[in-house]
Amino acid sequence: MDVMRLRGLVRKESRQIIRDPSSIGIAFFLPVLLLLIFGYGVSLDARHVPLAMVVEKNSPQATALVSGFNQSDYFLPIPMRSIQEAEQALMERRVDGIIWLRHNFARDLLTGGKAPIGVIVNGVDSNKARLIEGYVTGVWFNWLERMTEAQGRKLNVPVTVEHRVWFNAAVRSRDYLVPGLIAIIMTLIGAMLTSMVVAREWERGTMEALMVTPVSMKEVIASKIIPYFILGMGGMLLSVLMAVFLFQVPLRGSMWPLIVSSSLFMFTAINMGLLISVAAKNQFVAGQIAIVITFLPAFILSGFVFDIRTMPVVIQWLTHLVAARYFVDILQTLFLAGDIWPLFLINSVWLALMALFFLMIIKKKSRKLLE
Amino acid sequence: MLRKIFALMKKEFRAILKNKKTRMVLIIPPIAQILVFGYSASFDLNKVPFAVYNEDPGLASRQLLARFQGAETFHLVDTIDHDDGIAPLINEKKVMLVLHIGPDFTRNLSKGQPAKLQVILDGRNSNSAMISLNYVRNIVMEFNRHWAALHGGHHVPAQLVVSSWFNSSLDSHWFIIPGIVALLALVVTLEVTALSVAKEREAGTFDQLLVTPMTPLEILIGKSLPGFIIGFVEATFIITMTILWFHVPFRGSFLVLYLGIFAFLLSAIGIGLMISSISVTQQQGLMGAFLFLVPAVILSGFATPIENMPRFVQYITYLNPMRYFLIIVRSSFLQGASFDLLWNLYWPMALIGIATLTAAGMLFRNRMY
Repeated sequence: MDVMRLRGLVRKESRQIIRDPSSIGIAFFLPVLLLLIFGYGVSLDARHVPLAMVVEKNSPQATALVSGFNQSDYFLPIPMRSIQEAEQALMERRVDGIIWLRHNFARDLLTGGKAPIGVIVNGVDSNKARLIEGYVTGVWFNWLERMTEAQGRKLNVPVTVEHRVWFNAAVRSRDYLVPGLIAIIMTLIGAMLTSMVVAREWERGTMEALMVTPVSMKEVIASKIIPYFILGMGGMLLSVLMAVFLFQVPLRGSMWPLIVSSSLFMFTAINMGLLISVAAKNQFVAGQIAIVITFLPAFILSGFVFDIRTMPVVIQWLTHLVAARYFVDILQTLFLAGDIWPLFLINSVWLALMALFFLMIIKKKSRKLLE
Repeated sequence: MLRKIFALMKKEFRAILKNKKTRMVLIIPPIAQILVFGYSASFDLNKVPFAVYNEDPGLASRQLLARFQGAETFHLVDTIDHDDGIAPLINEKKVMLVLHIGPDFTRNLSKGQPAKLQVILDGRNSNSAMISLNYVRNIVMEFNRHWAALHGGHHVPAQLVVSSWFNSSLDSHWFIIPGIVALLALVVTLEVTALSVAKEREAGTFDQLLVTPMTPLEILIGKSLPGFIIGFVEATFIITMTILWFHVPFRGSFLVLYLGIFAFLLSAIGIGLMISSISVTQQQGLMGAFLFLVPAVILSGFATPIENMPRFVQYITYLNPMRYFLIIVRSSFLQGASFDLLWNLYWPMALIGIATLTAAGMLFRNRMY
């Protein structure tokens, strides 16, 4: 590899980047915009869930239960006159659930019979339905406790569950979603920046012009990687700053593992884009491949929202082909838990292996040969 | 007019299907993705890896733990006998939670005093943590009921009777897989349309097309139809897979669903063609496609509910056709919703489609270089 020739090529590539504003836009504007929208938009914590309250006959106990729902931050109770009205509202998606106290509720409660509290949730969004069930149980339990206390007794529960959530005591889903978003956004940016650059040269015939010069293929590839790598790392830096200062995600790990893993990941993502470009030799095809194989796998198979540990074993193996998976793991751990070396090492080694693998195929596919 | 449109459409189809790589990109990824995503995209947990730290010599704690070991949802990975053992297991993600039982658990329980089960959870994925905590609570509740039946006491006067409509076992696959119909249909249509004009512009053939007797409207229709047909075929394929392979119940009417697909594809094609006609190079077309696709998917309600978003982001989602179609497809599958419950979701998509298609047609002429 000749340093002078490489410098010349890098300079040409950098000028091309600077003159087409879209690359700069991809690297700096895009991560800020996406992180801004997603950081605020993506959350799994349900708040103010609209809930229909059907109380067929008023009683002090029923009022106490309803006020429990009113005070809860999780619910937005809407009183309704009949169960039919509430069911209609559920069908029309105006409420996510129904609490139904029948007319004999207070009487059954006092006579010591079993007084059922009807709870109906809309199960279409099953994750949300499960959360609602959990919140309803909480309100119900508080109400029971207050009621038995008012009668001068203590609610006697054999085993109580006491929980401590490490790394995210407030259980803010945003704290783990934002680091994951950084990995996804960076995957896209790496692919978008580079998936077209070699294909473009083939399509325009400038690759053939390059071939008659003494420049080696290695130098061409390196000259494509270097400027885009620097560009991508700039975007990465912006994203981390936004995560910490704007979204207040704690960064508990230290700086240098963050820098090392980001560089490794950026390198891998850019290599993946280059590989698409080299293999397609045609911008149209390269663009289509980039749309299909970068975003969705990074979104679904990286552990960003869907936990990898719960996927079927075969799919868990498949996720090893998704570079974002390792980076999501590293970032979630670095941000929330701190420096956990075994995890950091394993994931970094995988990333490095992937990058090398891509580089090898790129080298093999990009011989100085015309077809 | 029809002949001209047909000729352009034929040419577009050839341009798409002639290249072997493009053909592969259109056919293989959707099949692979519906299979892989269908199995992987789920919020349910199974075989939650956990460890036990039991300081209690008594029988009751062992009875309680036996319930966890017998449960399908839990998988015992390790047993520890020291406080220091907890951190490495959780830090390195070997377990999702540790169950800790103190030394006087059985004693308290038999004296009728509250006995504590402490659960330490990995909060790095707080959603998984909360779901697994719910599973723990369910098992403890069962245990309590059993214990109370044997030893008396613990009478709860008012029980919750919970039922969930449309998905009684709360299987999250039923929620996610119909969503994949929307996801893949959108990706495929964008893939076909977003680069189609930009490609011709870059090659210079679009100028040639503009000087032919074809009107912009005819060009627009000729460019739209291939994307529409391909999107339609792929959506149908994925719906068939959802019903026959993944056994998600289809309770609604196909008319309601396909009317939604029609409006959704119209809007997706409109957006794709608009991106394409704004772009001068294919790189810009690709950037535009991503710039629309990624927010459209993440802010659609596919994985995270729109109701959880702040107001101003919720307003942005009204511009997102996928938001409307997701509700149509999910309601058609699970709720069996009829047209009158969904009618107000069709027209926004149609409106987006008409507006973007008009813009694309106008940009054909006005953006010449």
